[in-house]
Amino acid sequence: MKLLNQSLIYLSVAFFFIIGIWSVIFYFNLKDEIRDSIDDGIDNNRLLILMKIDTDSTLLLQNEFGGNNFKINPIPKEKAVTFTDVFKDTMMYRLNENDLEPVRLFRSAFIHKDEYYRITVISSLVEEDDLIEDSFWSVVTLFLILVVSIFIVNNVILKKVWNPFYDILNQLKTYRLDKNEKPIQINSKTKEFLQLQEASNTLINRSKEAYFSQKEFTENASHELQTPIAIIIGKLELLLESQDLKDKDANTIAEVINMTGRLKRLNNSLLLLAKIENKQFLDEEMVSINELSKSFISNYEDLIDFKEIEIKLEENADLKVKINVALAEILISNLIKNSIFHNVENGDINIKITKEEFMICNTGNPTALDPKIIFNRFVKDQAKTQSTGLGLAISNAICSSYQLDLNYDFIQNKHCFKINFKNLFKTD
Amino acid sequence: MKILIIEDEVDLRETIKESLVKEQYVVETAGDYTTAFEKVSIYDYDCILLDIMLPNGNGLDLLEELKKMGKSENVIIISAKNALDDKVRGLALGADDYLTKPFHLAELNARIKAVLRRKNYQGKDLIEAGNMVLDVQERTLTVNNQNVHLNKKEFNILKYFLSNKNRLITKTALAEYVWGDNIDQADNYDFIYYQIKNLRKKLVDSNAEIVLESIYGVGYKLIEK
Repeated sequence: MKLLNQSLIYLSVAFFFIIGIWSVIFYFNLKDEIRDSIDDGIDNNRLLILMKIDTDSTLLLQNEFGGNNFKINPIPKEKAVTFTDVFKDTMMYRLNENDLEPVRLFRSAFIHKDEYYRITVISSLVEEDDLIEDSFWSVVTLFLILVVSIFIVNNVILKKVWNPFYDILNQLKTYRLDKNEKPIQINSKTKEFLQLQEASNTLINRSKEAYFSQKEFTENASHELQTPIAIIIGKLELLLESQDLKDKDANTIAEVINMTGRLKRLNNSLLLLAKIENKQFLDEEMVSINELSKSFISNYEDLIDFKEIEIKLEENADLKVKINVALAEILISNLIKNSIFHNVENGDINIKITKEEFMICNTGNPTALDPKIIFNRFVKDQAKTQSTGLGLAISNAICSSYQLDLNYDFIQNKHCFKINFKNLFKTD
Repeated sequence: MKILIIEDEVDLRETIKESLVKEQYVVETAGDYTTAFEKVSIYDYDCILLDIMLPNGNGLDLLEELKKMGKSENVIIISAKNALDDKVRGLALGADDYLTKPFHLAELNARIKAVLRRKNYQGKDLIEAGNMVLDVQERTLTVNNQNVHLNKKEFNILKYFLSNKNRLITKTALAEYVWGDNIDQADNYDFIYYQIKNLRKKLVDSNAEIVLESIYGVGYKLIEK
């Protein structure tokens, strides 16, 4: 959820309660105020009637409302003396509404020419349910107007305010440590954003230093080890060419050359692993896994024929992914190579490419491998001493660097490796 | 043929030199940037082997100088760095090839021969030996003007041997050449043996004037009859 909408939700909840409480209080205040002013009006009315009685005594005969808002009834003296004025809400039939409607009623007693009377004055009241309904809808409208206007304000003004933040975010997303890019730069005078910019740049510089020192280390290690190995191999090869060697000596020399080759591969593989883990393969382009598979199958064609392996390539879709070419090649060729070398004579290999998966199954050793350890470094088939035991570790490192799933399964006596490229399709 | 080796490590320089002298080349050496720069400025070489990390200078800078002089097309970069950008930069600057240390001497020979062939045959990439011609571009072998069919690996193996005439090629070097750098499985030696056996049979059947001799059981040598 976007930051802007998040604040909108919090504000809406807050407004909901504030406006809710406010409207209840407002409602009761309003009702009180209305009642007060009605009571004042009724009282005033009574005084006016009493004054009018002095000049027009016929009013004393008005003992039913009958269209007027008062009635006067004679009462005995004893009752009149103890009479207390009373205001009350009651219901009365209204002709126009054909219903009982709330009215305010006031009773009081008075004396006129030594006779005692009771006067009742009424006034129609605001209908409460109407009042509640009307004010409820006003409050809802107010709430909606507020939310909509906050939404607009958020999206127009706050977006502008938060712009430097999104700017930094975008620059960080695309920042590449290896490309010697300029530090992050934003257009803002806001203190917090400037601090964020500074913190990002400090972090970037530290990562850059670590990145380059590690890159330098792998390169130096490579250089320092490769040159002596080159000298060993060269000198031994020249020694092998000298005329008077005994067979046994020649064989020993050849074995040492062979071992040196293993040392070289081990060194190369470890450096490759370090580089993958250090994310030094950054250039990406669209690579067709179908094409890669075909080219490696054709590269190993003669060996496949030699081992009389039957290879089947099933293409259900064209799988194209954005990935570093060198890494894609290493990944696919490692798996294909494994499926050949760990196969048996007259065995078979099935490669299946679907919309998002590359799967390779091969016959071989009839027992399942332990999926928990096969991707670890230096886990190897004891019978194959020449192996560095790093092939699957490298494949796994490549997959993890792209957050791809690499799985092993033993299905119908076949060793199956499956890569799911789904993660590379996410556009975000 | 004159070759210049620019390499700071004495032992490696001398080893390469010894191997190249066996191939009848005139070999000169330079151990640092300044010496190398002087030599390439004054003399012309048919092929230059260039290390990237040099005392008092960088091989790639030297390559840039060579490019200015128009002499960069027959350079083979020899480097322990297989950092991808160096490789791309080197080739962009006109270097002909890039060989990563460590390498087999036979591999170096093959690369040098390829550079020299491209330089001398004016577009045609042919290797001749006795009564046979190997066309590297067309990937064909003719013996006495008769076409002999070779599969992909047999062709590559024969090409490798022809670039290393009279030199011992170990099985290790051969396997690496045939499979690229990262083959680490023993059973491909059986495969190599099988390919050599087939190749020998084809050579005998077509009366080619070359033989692949087994040496001590550790490797092979191509000899003209």
